[in-house]
Amino acid sequence: MAPDDIDRTFVAFERVQKSYDGVTLVVKDLNLAIARGEFLTMLGPSGSGKTTCLMMLAGFETATHGEIRLGGRPITTVPPHRRGIGMVFQNYALFPHLTVGENLAFPLEVRGIGRAEREAKIARALDMVQMKGFAGRRPGQLSGGQQQRIALARALVFDPALVLMDEPLGALDKQLREHMQFEIKHLHERLGITVVYVTHDQGEALTMSDRIAVFNDGVIQQLAAPEVLYEQPMNSFVASFIGENNTLDGTVETIAGERCTVRLDGGTVIDARPVNVSRQGVRTRVSIRPERVEVRPERLPRGVHLVEAEVLEFIYMGDIFRVRLNVAGNDDFVMKYRNAPDAVRLVPGARIQIGWRPEDCRALDAA
Amino acid sequence: MAEPGAAALTTADGMPLRAALARASRRARLRAALLVAPLLLFVLVSFVWPIGQMLLRSVNNVQFAANMPELTAWFAANPRGTPVDEAAFAALAADLRLAAASRTVGTVGTRINYELPGSRSLFTATGRAAGGLEPPYREALLALNPDWGREELWTVMRGASARYTANFYLAALDLRRDAGGGIVRVAPEQRVYVSLFLRTFALSAVITVVCLALGFPVAHLLATLPVRRANMLMILVLLPFWTSLLVRTSSWIVLLQGQGVVNNVLVALGIVDEGGRLSMMYNQTGTIVAMTHILLPFMILPLYSVMKTIPPAYARAARSLGATSWTTFRRIYLPLTVPGIGAGAMLVFILAVGYYITPALVGGASGQLISNQIAFHMQNTLNWSLAAALAALLLAAVLLLYWLYDRLVGIDNMKLG
Ligand SMILES: Nc1ncnc2c1ncn2[C@@H]1O[C@H](COP(=O)(O)OP(=O)(O)OP(=O)(O)O)[C@@H](O)[C@H]1O
Ligand SMILES: [Mg+2]
Repeated sequence: MAPDDIDRTFVAFERVQKSYDGVTLVVKDLNLAIARGEFLTMLGPSGSGKTTCLMMLAGFETATHGEIRLGGRPITTVPPHRRGIGMVFQNYALFPHLTVGENLAFPLEVRGIGRAEREAKIARALDMVQMKGFAGRRPGQLSGGQQQRIALARALVFDPALVLMDEPLGALDKQLREHMQFEIKHLHERLGITVVYVTHDQGEALTMSDRIAVFNDGVIQQLAAPEVLYEQPMNSFVASFIGENNTLDGTVETIAGERCTVRLDGGTVIDARPVNVSRQGVRTRVSIRPERVEVRPERLPRGVHLVEAEVLEFIYMGDIFRVRLNVAGNDDFVMKYRNAPDAVRLVPGARIQIGWRPEDCRALDAA
Repeated sequence: MAEPGAAALTTADGMPLRAALARASRRARLRAALLVAPLLLFVLVSFVWPIGQMLLRSVNNVQFAANMPELTAWFAANPRGTPVDEAAFAALAADLRLAAASRTVGTVGTRINYELPGSRSLFTATGRAAGGLEPPYREALLALNPDWGREELWTVMRGASARYTANFYLAALDLRRDAGGGIVRVAPEQRVYVSLFLRTFALSAVITVVCLALGFPVAHLLATLPVRRANMLMILVLLPFWTSLLVRTSSWIVLLQGQGVVNNVLVALGIVDEGGRLSMMYNQTGTIVAMTHILLPFMILPLYSVMKTIPPAYARAARSLGATSWTTFRRIYLPLTVPGIGAGAMLVFILAVGYYITPALVGGASGQLISNQIAFHMQNTLNWSLAAALAALLLAAVLLLYWLYDRLVGIDNMKLG
C-alpha cells in the first residue's frame, strides 16, 4: 500500500507483540495496515501466530505490547462485543441448541433490532449463501458445507464492516472448498467488506486475496499481492513456502546492478538476479520456479549460462510434462513444460542442457 | 425400512434378507448376552429381588392370619359391619389358646400393636390365661379385659386378617380405616409421616439448589483451567470421597456445634455475644450444611463432564456477534449445560431424599428425614412392613420425579458422565 493510501487504512497493527507465557514471543513486532474493502490473507505454517493475530483483533487476546487500531481508534480497551467484527471460526461454532434461524437472529437480537427488520435481514443473509428454507433446521442436521455457509451468513447478517475468517474452509473436501472460495470472494466484492482471512493453504490464499501476508515464526516475511509473492519472493522462506520451487546453493561471484553470477557448490556458474545479496563473495540460495526452466536453450537470450542436467524421471501429466533432474548435485530439481506438439519427450538417463532467463532466477539469503 | 407392499428382498441364494440378517446376528447377540449375564444376575440378586421383597412385605400381612386361623375364617365369612357375636369370641378364644401353646401370641400382639398401640400386652396377658377360658367366651374375655370389646380393636383385627393389605400404606400417609372401613386421617397428634415426607423433599430441594449454586462455578473452573491445575482442583473435589463419611460428619459437629470452632471465633470477634451463640448443629441447618458438603461432588462431576465438551469457541462466537458476557452466559452457555444440571440435580436430589447417616448424626429432632423413620421402624419397632411401605412411597416419588423430568426436559437431555 502506498503511503497516500494511509487514510484508507481500516485496520492497523503497530509494533504488536504477543507472548502467552512471558518467555517466548509468538508475534514479534508486527506492523500491518489493512485498507478498507481489502481482502487480506494471513498465510503461514502451523504455529506461526496467525490465529493469535486474529484473536487480538477480535478482542479475545490482548497484545503484550503495541497498538491495534480499527477505523483509526485504538481498540485495546474495547470489549469484543462492541468491536462489531464478524467472525467465522474454523469449526463454525454454530450454537447447537438453536436453529439456523435463531443462530442468525442472535446478533440482531442482542443489538435490539425489531422483529420485522430481523426477519428481513435473516432472509437476505440466507438468500446470500443460498440456504433459503433451512431456517428451521438445527446445525447438527446440516452438512459441513451447509454449516459453513450458515456460519458465513451469521458473521455477515449484522452488516459488519470487518469480517475475520480463521481457516473457514479447513474442514471441507477439495471440491467444496474451491467452490466456497469463489463464493466468499464474490460476497466480498459484492458487499464491499474488509476481510482478514487465515489459511495455511497457499492455493486458497493465491486465488482469493488482494494481498497476502506470509507469516513465519511470528514475523511477516513478505506482504504483497499474490502475483508479486509468487514471482518475486523476497526471501528463501517465501520462495519455498509459496508454490513449487527449485533451490541451489552457492556463492556470489560477480554482481552488477540487476545481474549477478553465482558459482554453485559443484563449480557450475549460473546467472541470477540479486534480491537480498549485495556484494561479491556472500553465500546465497537461488530459487527458480519449475515452469521457468527452459528445456530448449536456443530460446534463451544470447550469452546466458547453461547448465548440465541428467534426467532422472519423466512424468506425463496430460497438459504438462514434469521432469525430475539432477542439477549440480541437487537431484530434486524439477522442470515443467507444456505438452505442445513439438515438445521433446525426455528419457531417464539422458544428459541435457537447461537454462533460464537471469531475471527468473532469484539470488536470496542463504538459508 | 422396507416399503409396505414392496417385494421382500432376498439374498443371492433366495433366503429372505430379514431371516439371513437375523441368523447372522444371532451368534453375536448370544455372545453379547453371555458377556453381560453375570452383571445381569448380580443386578437381579442384589437389586430387583430385594426391592421385590420390600414391595411384597409392604402389603404382606400373614403374621395375624397364619396364627389366628379360626378368627380369620370368621372375618372371611362375615362381611364388615356384622356385629361381633359369640361365634367370633369363640374363634378368638380358640386361636388365643392355640397361639399361646405355640408361643406365637407375641407375634400376633405385635402386629396389632402397630396399628393400636398398647395391644401387645392385651394379647400376651390374655394368652397366658387362655387355657382357663370357658364359654360363653364373650363374657369370659370381657371379664378378663374389657378392651376386648373395643370396636377399634376389632376393626384393626379385621384389617390384619387379610392376606394382603394396603393398611401399611395408609399408615405411611397418616391415614387409617374407621370402623365402617372408610379411610380417615389419624388423630392430629399422631400425624408424622406426611409432614416428614414434605420436610424430606423440601430439605433435599434446598440441598440440591445449594449444591448447584456452589458446584456450577467450580465445575466451570475445572473445565476451563489448564490441565495441571484442573487436576489439582479435581483432587480437592474428590477428597471428600477419600475420607470416611463419619469423619466428615463429625468434623462438621466440631465446627458448628454451640461450643464449636465457628461459634468460638464469632464470639472472640465480638460478632455474637456469649448468650447468642448460633445453633447450627442438631437442626435443619446442620443437616443442610453437612449433606451439601457430602453431595457436592455428585453435582460437580456431571456438570464438569458436560462443560468439558462445550468448546470455548461458542462463547467467543457469541461475544463476537455482539453479546455481553452475561447474555452469552444466559443464552449460550447455560442452555448447553442443561444436561449436566439435570443429571447433577437428579443425582443429588435422589441421594438426599434417601440419606440416613448424616441427618441421624447432625439433624437433631428437626433435621430428621424420612429415612431415619424407616430405620427406626426397621430397628426399634420391628414394623418392617411399615418401613417397606415408607420406602416404597419414597421409591414412587423418585420415579415420579424421573417421569416429570423426562416430560419437561427429556431424559436424553441428561448426561451422567
Ligand atoms: N492460549 C495459548 N496459550 C499458550 N500458547 C498458545 C496459545 N495459543 C497459541 N499458543 C502458541 O502460540 C503459537 C502460535 O499459535 P497460533 O494459534 O497463533 O498459530 P497459527 O498460526 O494459528 O497455527 P495453525 O495454522 O496451526 O492454526 C503456537 O506456538 C502456540 O503453541
Ligand atoms: Mg490457527
